[in-house]
Amino acid sequence: MSDDLVATHVLEFPGGYTRTTGPVIGRFLTELRDRRLVGVRTAGGRVLVPPLEYDPDTGESATDEYVEVGPAGTVQAWAWVGSPRPGHPLDRPFAWALIRLDGADTALVHAVDAGSPKALRPGLRVRPRWRAATAGHITDIECFLPEVTSLIAPVRAEYRVTPGRALTRFLEGVRDGRFVGGRCAECAAVYVPYRESCPACGSVVEEEVEVADTGTVTTFAINNLPDPRAPEVPFVSAYVLLDGADTPMIALIGGVPAHEVRQGMRVRAVWVPPEERTLSMTNVKWFEPTGEPDADLDADLDEPPGGGA
Amino acid sequence: MREVAVVAFAQTVHTGHDTGLAEPELLLPVIDEVKRATGLKRFGFTCSGSCDYLAGAPFSFVSALDAVGAWPPISESHVEMDGAFALYEAWVRLQHGDIDTALVYGFGKSSMSDIREIMTLQLDPYYLAPLGLDQVSYAALQAAAVNADRAALDEIVRRSRADGRANPYALDLPDPSGEEFEVEPLRPYDVAPVTDGAAAVVLAAGDRARELAGRPAWISGIAHRAEPHYLGMRDLARSVSTAEAGRAAGVDKGPVDVAELHTQFSHEEPILREALGLSADVTVNPSGGPLAANPVMATGLIRIGEAARRILDAAADRTVAHATSGPCLQQNLVAVLEVAVLETSA
Repeated sequence: MSDDLVATHVLEFPGGYTRTTGPVIGRFLTELRDRRLVGVRTAGGRVLVPPLEYDPDTGESATDEYVEVGPAGTVQAWAWVGSPRPGHPLDRPFAWALIRLDGADTALVHAVDAGSPKALRPGLRVRPRWRAATAGHITDIECFLPEVTSLIAPVRAEYRVTPGRALTRFLEGVRDGRFVGGRCAECAAVYVPYRESCPACGSVVEEEVEVADTGTVTTFAINNLPDPRAPEVPFVSAYVLLDGADTPMIALIGGVPAHEVRQGMRVRAVWVPPEERTLSMTNVKWFEPTGEPDADLDADLDEPPGGGA
Repeated sequence: MREVAVVAFAQTVHTGHDTGLAEPELLLPVIDEVKRATGLKRFGFTCSGSCDYLAGAPFSFVSALDAVGAWPPISESHVEMDGAFALYEAWVRLQHGDIDTALVYGFGKSSMSDIREIMTLQLDPYYLAPLGLDQVSYAALQAAAVNADRAALDEIVRRSRADGRANPYALDLPDPSGEEFEVEPLRPYDVAPVTDGAAAVVLAAGDRARELAGRPAWISGIAHRAEPHYLGMRDLARSVSTAEAGRAAGVDKGPVDVAELHTQFSHEEPILREALGLSADVTVNPSGGPLAANPVMATGLIRIGEAARRILDAAADRTVAHATSGPCLQQNLVAVLEVAVLETSA
């Protein structure tokens, strides 16, 4: 076929095609213009919405009784339109739905502006959103909206925090490039970071000890969610048992691919240059492998603080 | 009831694009083929099915008569529906007893417009059409109502397209793939393809049928039923009208070798299977069905033609054909075709 011999042909009734409504559909559309939804009762007692002149089950004329229904209704089935077409009632993704309005025995076909297909389910309660100006047309209802069942409650509060005496003492050590712990006179356990009382026996910790900046990974986690304290994802956070300490300290592991980090791995703190140090744990960039053979955790670990069994 | 049989069937090699043929030009070869197959040049009655909105031209069926030859004047009628419903009218006309042959045809070029929106024009103008409810959207509502299993639908499309590739008249479509939705829950491949094509059938009554075909495909039952138009007034998960038409046509009065169903969407197959009481071992749409070629207004007639062809070719003894019209299987026609001549009084 020659492309030269293709033409556009438009079939159109300019200004639209005038149709009479008859008394039943006319009543529905008139009520709709007044933002009311009505159905018609059949001789058998069912309420047809939208109203028909006859009972589709029997073919008999419907009665003259109009019943106000809705405006809320229940979604019975829906189809999700991910890419609306020019003729569709909404220009964003929406659902077509069969909606049984409260008081009706049949379902109305209309659009539901639900935002996402996940918001739809059988039994979803919806209500109409009316157009600002109504004209007696089925599109006087712009669409239906899910009923309100939840809301977003913002929560935010600001605090001024101080580290307390013991942590301040520990951070002073970190500022100077060393890890300060506290030894309990009763249990002999060394706690890092430094603390003022022994959580095992309750004694006052009076002896300050410095521990090494090398240690052993006792356990770790590979993190795939970004964190402002980590350089990139995935990153590894680990418990590092510093040499000379009895309690592990949480720290970042770096300088090694995440999948190579393991329990027993020997690591050393990587300090930022002295001129950049502050009263902060950011002085320790992370811990990186020392290259020593792995420690045997079961053999090398001391008894837990407090003496254990 | 007068015995009436399908004695000839022809269809175009359907295409997924406009080949540049006008509707009468599309039709001419299939009319010619059934004339040659039967040796008939004139028919007691002629009836066609087409839709003016497909070409956007009023009375397009009138120009299609150029492919038939209408002088001296012929007895002719037309339905603004699929050709299967024209076949029903021809079958009724043959019951009058004064004529023995009828030509039936259907044709359509859905490539000329957007069939999804053309089909909106068939909806009631008060409650549905103003919403812009398009064909795939209302079909998706029915698919949601029937809640069909996705794996089962995928298999229906895969089987239909594979059968279509083996059918020289159907389109060559690949195995279905892709996760995107057209209108959820329907994927693009659940929708019958845009197709241009035409088909023709010759019906003959009694001994005339025996003269014209070695194994006439006797129409042992044919019936159609309609449901309310408005989608919210019926249970979309079931096709009550198909079930009633199937009972009236006598589908359940014998074993079914093959069923050709007018399934324009994959989810319509389980609905129609259930309505017709077809067990899982009944072969459905061995031609590939509408999911492999959907020349709108001929698709339903092709179902009857394909069901009849299997009897004419001695591939089957008893087949069922189904055709539909209107949104979400609103109106349904069921025909039963058999090799055996019915015992009738007088």
